[in-house]
Amino acid sequence: MTTTELPQLSRKDFSSDQEVRWCPGCGDYAILATIQGVMPDLGMRREDIVFVSGIGCSSRFPYYMNTYGFHSIHGRAPAIATGISASRSDLKVFVITGDGDGLSIGGNHLIHAMRRNANLTIILFNNQIYGLTKGQYSPTSELGKVTKSTPFGSLDTPFNPVSLALGAEATFVARTMDTERTHLAATIEQAAHHQGTAFVEVYQNCNIFNDGAFDVLKDDPLEQQIRLEHGQPIRFGKDGHRAVVRAPDGGLTIAEVADVGEDAVIVHDIHRPDPSLAFSLSRLAHGPSSPTPMGVFRQVQRAVYGQEVERQIEAEVQRRGPGSLAELLTGKDTWSIA
Amino acid sequence: MSVSTDHKSIQQVDTVTIRFAGDSGDGMQIAGDRFTSVTAQMGNDIATLPDFPAEIRAPAGSLPGVSGFQLHFADHDILTPGDAPNVLVAMNPAALKTNVHDVEAGGAVIVNSDAFTKGNLRKAKYDTDPLSDGSLERYQIFQVPLTTLTVGALQDTELGKKDKERCKNFFALGLMSWMYSRPTQSTIDWISEKFAKRPDLVAANITVFKAGYAFGETTELFTHAYRVKPAKLPEGRYRQITGNLALAYGLVAAAERSGLPLFMSGYPITPASDILHELSKHKNFGVRTLQAEDEIAAVGMALGASFAGNLAVTATSGPGVALKAETIGLAVSVELPLVIVNIQRGGPSTGLPTKTEQSDLLQALFGRNGEAPVPVVAADTPGGCFHAALEAARIAITYRTPVILLSDGYLANGAEPWRIPVPEELPDLTGAVRHATARQEEEPEFLPFARDPDTLARPWAIPGTAGLEHRIGGIEKADETGNISYDPENHHHMTELRKAKVEGVARSIPPLVVDVGPEGGPTPKVLVVGWGSTYGPIKAAVRRCRAEGMAVAQAHLHHLNPMPTNTGDVLASFDRVLVPEMNMGQLRMLLRARYLVDVQGYNRVTGLPFTSIEIANAITREVRAADGLGEPAEPLSTTAPAPVGGMS
Repeated sequence: MTTTELPQLSRKDFSSDQEVRWCPGCGDYAILATIQGVMPDLGMRREDIVFVSGIGCSSRFPYYMNTYGFHSIHGRAPAIATGISASRSDLKVFVITGDGDGLSIGGNHLIHAMRRNANLTIILFNNQIYGLTKGQYSPTSELGKVTKSTPFGSLDTPFNPVSLALGAEATFVARTMDTERTHLAATIEQAAHHQGTAFVEVYQNCNIFNDGAFDVLKDDPLEQQIRLEHGQPIRFGKDGHRAVVRAPDGGLTIAEVADVGEDAVIVHDIHRPDPSLAFSLSRLAHGPSSPTPMGVFRQVQRAVYGQEVERQIEAEVQRRGPGSLAELLTGKDTWSIA
Repeated sequence: MSVSTDHKSIQQVDTVTIRFAGDSGDGMQIAGDRFTSVTAQMGNDIATLPDFPAEIRAPAGSLPGVSGFQLHFADHDILTPGDAPNVLVAMNPAALKTNVHDVEAGGAVIVNSDAFTKGNLRKAKYDTDPLSDGSLERYQIFQVPLTTLTVGALQDTELGKKDKERCKNFFALGLMSWMYSRPTQSTIDWISEKFAKRPDLVAANITVFKAGYAFGETTELFTHAYRVKPAKLPEGRYRQITGNLALAYGLVAAAERSGLPLFMSGYPITPASDILHELSKHKNFGVRTLQAEDEIAAVGMALGASFAGNLAVTATSGPGVALKAETIGLAVSVELPLVIVNIQRGGPSTGLPTKTEQSDLLQALFGRNGEAPVPVVAADTPGGCFHAALEAARIAITYRTPVILLSDGYLANGAEPWRIPVPEELPDLTGAVRHATARQEEEPEFLPFARDPDTLARPWAIPGTAGLEHRIGGIEKADETGNISYDPENHHHMTELRKAKVEGVARSIPPLVVDVGPEGGPTPKVLVVGWGSTYGPIKAAVRRCRAEGMAVAQAHLHHLNPMPTNTGDVLASFDRVLVPEMNMGQLRMLLRARYLVDVQGYNRVTGLPFTSIEIANAITREVRAADGLGEPAEPLSTTAPAPVGGMS
C-alpha cells in the first residue's frame, strides 16, 4: 500500500450505489455506517481494499462498500481472503462473517486463517442466531435456546468466539458491540492497522429472531461491560468499585476493589506473548449475561503469512536467479535423437 | 561400458517388459525408477507402471504389502507399459504369488531364494514351496540367493546386518543391468548423489550394484545377456518424464507464457500431491504454493488468488473434487479463471488411492448444483500432461471460467521419453489475459459483466485498479452490471450466456482427428473412441488388430466439454463405435445422449491400465459384428479379459 498523495475521501466515497437490504432495526446498519466512517482514516486507497464475505445476513456487507468485494459461499470467506492476501500483500483485505458462517460451517477456515496469521481483518457479527435461514440456533446461542430447530431447547454448549480466537493464537483479538459507536470505530480502526490476522467479535442485535440478546450489557454498561484498556488496571462499575483479580485457583475472577485492595487488580497487557491470561479474561463471562470484557484482549507481532511467502520467493530468486523455463523443461538427464 | 562379455553371447531383442516386485520396503520403486532412467538415456522408447499399495509399510512378507514396478522398453515406439512381463524379479514369496500369473509363458522369473523361508511362505499363503512343487513349470525359474550375495559383498563393511540386507535392491538392479546391457556409470553417479549424506551407504550400494552386475557375468545360471537397440523416435532432445511432473511444468509454462504469476493451493491427496511438491520447489519462477487446511480451502484460496489476478490452480483427486464442487460452482457464477486438476483414482469414496481409474468424467461435467457448465480437458500420455495443462490454462484465462483438467494415477506416476519443448514455440497466452485496466470512455460506470463479443468473457478487473472497484458474488447477477438480480428473465438469460460461453470454447479447439489406418487399406467400419490415459493401450490394440488384417479406425478426445464440433459427424460415419473406458461407460453415455449413436463399451475397473490384448479382443468382436458375424454374446463390460499371451 502506498501512502503518498492519498486523495481526501469521506464516508460517502465508501458507500456503494446498492440499496441496503437488511431488516429495519438490524444492528448491521450501525456496523456498516461505522466501518464506512472508519475507512477514510485508514490511509488506504479505495482500490486497494477488498471486502470478502461468506453467506448470511452480515455477508451481504461487501455489496454496500464501494471497494473491491467478493460475496462468496457459506463459511469460505477466510479461505478466499487468504488466497487474495497471500498473493497480493499490497491489498488490505477484510473478512465479514457471522456466528453461523464463521464458527459453524466455516470454523475450520477461520481457525487456520488465524493460525497462519494471514494479513486479514476478520469482523465477526455475532447475533447468536441464524438470521437469513430464519431463526435456527447458532454455535453461539446459549444452552437451552428454543428455536425452530430446537423446540425443546438446544443441547450443545456454545462457543465463546474470543476464547476460540485466542486458542487459535490469533495475533489480534477484540470484542465490541453494534450500539457502542465510538468503541466500535476505535476497535475496528485498531484491528485494521494490525499486521497479521485481526479478529474482532461484534455483538450485533438481530431484532427479528433474537432481539435483546445483549440487553444486559446495553442496559447497564457501567456495571456489565468490563472495558479493557492496555496498561490500565481492569476495573469497572461505578467509580471502578469492581475489578478483575487472580482467583485462588490461578484463574481470574471479579472482586470488589474494597475487599482485595488496588494492588491486587490485574493490569491489562495486550502485548503479552503468552495468550493464557487473555484466555482467562475471555472466560470471565460465558455469554453476554454477566459482566463481560469488551475491547482488545491481545495484540502481538508474529510473522505475517503473505509477507513470508514473498520473503521465500525473493530469497530463491536471489539464490538461483529468475527461473528459466528452457532450463526447467530440459532438466539434468537428456539425450538426443538425430 | 561395453556390452560385450568374455564368455557369454548377447541376444538382440526388440522389446522387453520387466517387472520388479517385492515388499513395500524392498526398494522396488527405486530399482525400477533407476532402470527406467538408464534405459531412457540409452534411447529406447519406454513406458512404466509403478503399482504400489496405499499402505506405506504393510506387514513385511504379506500379500497386501507387495509393491511392483513394470517397465516396457523397445527399439521402436511403444504405447503401453507392456501386457505380460518377459521377466519378473520377485524378492519374496508374496511378490511371486501376486505377480507370476502375469508373466508370459516361458518367461524368466528371478527369485530371491533366501526369502523362501517357511515363515514367508506361510505369510504368502503358500501351502507348499512353489520353487519345488512344480507349479511354476511354465516359466524359467532362476533361484538367486540375493540376500546372501548382498551381505557377502558387504562383509568387509561396518554396516549392520539389517542395513546390509536393505541394499539387495541394488543387487537386483545390477543383475538386470547386466542382463539387458545397461551402462552402469549413471546409476553409480546417481547413488553417489542420492546418498551423499551417508558415504557408507554410497559405498555399500555401489559395491552391491557392481556385485549384482558381476554375478550376471560370471554365474553359470544365465547363458546370455540381451540388447535392445535405441528406438527411432522423432528427432529432437529428449528426457524422461512422469505425468505429474509434466503437468506441473505445463502450469509453470502457462504462467510464463501468459505473464501471470502462478498460484497453486492444494491439500495432500494421492496421487496428486506430487504436483504441489513439484511446484513448491520453483519459487524462483515466482510460483506461490499453499498447503491449505482442507480441499475446500485449497480451491477457495485459488479462487481468491484468481480474483486478485493470478493464474490460479488447485490439484486433487476425485474425493477432493467432490469437496470443491460448491466453490467450482461459485467460480462458474463469478466467471473467474481457475484450473482444477483431478488426478483420478479408483472410487467411490476412498476407493483405491494408489490405483488408476477414469470414473470422474461425469463428476467433472456435472458434479455441481444448478446449470454450471465447465470446460473439461483430458491428458492422454505422461508427456501429454504438459500440453493438457497449457490448454486448460488457455481456456480458463481466455474464457474466464473454471476448467477441469483430468489426468489419472497411471499417467501421474507413469514415465515415458519426452521430446523437450522449446518455450518460444509454446502458445502465447498474453493476448488472452486482457485485464481491464481502466473504465471505457463510453461507459458511465464500470460493467463487470459486460462481455467480449467473440468469447463472451467478462472483464478481469483486479483489485488495485483504480476506478474499477466492483462486487461479485454467487447470487445471480444482472447482465452487465453484475448487481444482485432475482429477475426471472435475467436468470434465464444469464444461464444461457454462461452455457453459450462454454460451448463457444469449441470454436477454439481442433477437430477430432480420425486415424483410419494405412493408405490403400480397407475402409474401416468400426471406430474406437477413447479419452485420457487409454490412448496408449487403445492405439497398441488397434495396431495389433491391423497387423492381423482388420480394418479399424481410432479417434481420441482431448476435450470432453465442449467436444470438437465434428464429433457427431465422425461418429455417424462408422457402422459401429466402441469406447473402451476404465469406468462403467461414462463417455459412452455422453456420446449416446449427445449424438444419438449406439456406442458400445468395453468397461473394466481393476485399478490397472488396460492391456492392449483385452482391447484388441473387444475390437475383434466389434469388427466381427460389423461384418455381420453376430453381436457379442454378452455385454462387453462384464467380460474378463482372455488369458494374455506374450506381447510381440
